[in-house]
Amino acid sequence: MSNVINVKDMCLWYGEHQAIKNVNIEIPEKSITAFIGPSGCGKSTFLKTLNRMNDLIPGVKITGDIRYEGTDIFAKDIDVNNLRKEIGMVFQKPNPFPMSIYDNIAYGPRTHGITKKTELDEIVENSLKRAAIWDEVKDRLKKNALGLSGGQQQRLCIARALAVDPKVLLMDEPTSALDPISTSRIEELVLDLKETYTIVMVTHNMQQAVRVSDYTAFFLLGELVEFGRTEDIFSQPQDKRTEDYITGRFG
Amino acid sequence: MLNRSLSKKRRGYEVLMKALMLLSVGLTAALVLFLLVYVLIEGIPNITWELISTKPSYLTGHIGILPDILNTVCIVIATLLIVLPLGVGAAIYLTEYASNKKVVGIIEYAAETLSGIPSIIYGLVGMLLFSNNMGTSLMAGACTLVIMNLPTIMRTTQESLKTVPQSYREGAFGLGAGKWRVVRTVVLPGCVDGVITGCILSVGRILGESAALLFTAGFAHTMLTFPTGMKSPGATLTVALYVYAKEQGEFGVAFAIAAILMVLTVIINFAATAVQKHFEKRKNI
Repeated sequence: MSNVINVKDMCLWYGEHQAIKNVNIEIPEKSITAFIGPSGCGKSTFLKTLNRMNDLIPGVKITGDIRYEGTDIFAKDIDVNNLRKEIGMVFQKPNPFPMSIYDNIAYGPRTHGITKKTELDEIVENSLKRAAIWDEVKDRLKKNALGLSGGQQQRLCIARALAVDPKVLLMDEPTSALDPISTSRIEELVLDLKETYTIVMVTHNMQQAVRVSDYTAFFLLGELVEFGRTEDIFSQPQDKRTEDYITGRFG
Repeated sequence: MLNRSLSKKRRGYEVLMKALMLLSVGLTAALVLFLLVYVLIEGIPNITWELISTKPSYLTGHIGILPDILNTVCIVIATLLIVLPLGVGAAIYLTEYASNKKVVGIIEYAAETLSGIPSIIYGLVGMLLFSNNMGTSLMAGACTLVIMNLPTIMRTTQESLKTVPQSYREGAFGLGAGKWRVVRTVVLPGCVDGVITGCILSVGRILGESAALLFTAGFAHTMLTFPTGMKSPGATLTVALYVYAKEQGEFGVAFAIAAILMVLTVIINFAATAVQKHFEKRKNI
């Protein structure tokens, strides 16, 4: 199995404060990688670096080397908008735009130049189907997306991210704002999606990491402490700190 | 145990304070109502179809305020046409693009100050800046009002831009949208209410403005055509009110204009509230 994203010696500073220290990681293709760790350990920050969403925050400085399919994502000739098309993102709180369900899904394709109605219709239908929400919304595509429930909104956001045909999907605690039933639906969905996409997911919930992920990375105080197959991390952690965390001794 | 004299004293104090406050609210209400009722009583009988549909003539001594109404409309339109793109553009730049928070702070502070200075100062500056170059004209008046209303439009737009959730922007950037696309498709639709509110407030301010126009737009009561008439002088309703009352002693006409302006102001205030309510409802879906 090959790696989609390779990170070498990455550090990140917010002004004077160093939030990420020398992270090295290789993210395997078509699998689910979970980032776990206590609050403020840098896992979300690291996730957002992978599609350069941190560019939006003033005062962030990043060093090291991050390669997506072999290309340096900080190279001068990289179009960050295309990078974000390849590496999509789903956020912690569902954030559909205040427009119709259809327009939400069509937003990405339209951004990247698709304007033909038939083509858009097809993308909208396929994306909603892949995100397992088509049956619930097919009769009200013209209705405002903010009228959906939280869980539906989050699946809509996943559909919206899929509509631009990304290779990688970054998910920043996608279920932390949802109820248990919505959470399990999203988990099922994510397991389906890994056939086609590479998924990197930040989670606060260790059971979730065990349930869905193939690989787990444990972050602590901005360091990547341990990275490996999920079953290994949770059954025989190599590092004392990992063991303490997964057995609930802190965090 | 219970000190009766003290509680009596306290009760007396309570009653006294309540009475004082009642007195002030009574006086306030009386003053406001008196003004409203007085202007309406003096003004409405003088409003005739003939007054608002004809132009005045010094030869026959006839008085009509149609030109003044049209001048007011012209000035409102011209001012909004210039101030909207300027103010909204500046607001978008300051909130969405500008990265130097210090400079943004200085500009916001300057705008705040600008909206507080007396309008006669705008008139003076407008006269030197615009009237001296393009002549005393509706256009010079409109340009002066543009400076005056720029802070209003800019600040209301900015405030409304700040209420657009950051998560919308993140969502759009996450899909690979460029800065301008994010602003145009996600941010601007969310701040339409602010722009409209700013517009309505500005229209109210333009209708009520006289000092700045005395210097710049002149006193002519001639019929002008839009937009070619913009280069000629013309009085707006407020300026006409001043002229009729102060220079011709036509208090009936002055009160008629006053009543018209007052009713317009009430309508504008209602419109501003209605717009805000409408958009609040839409946001809470």
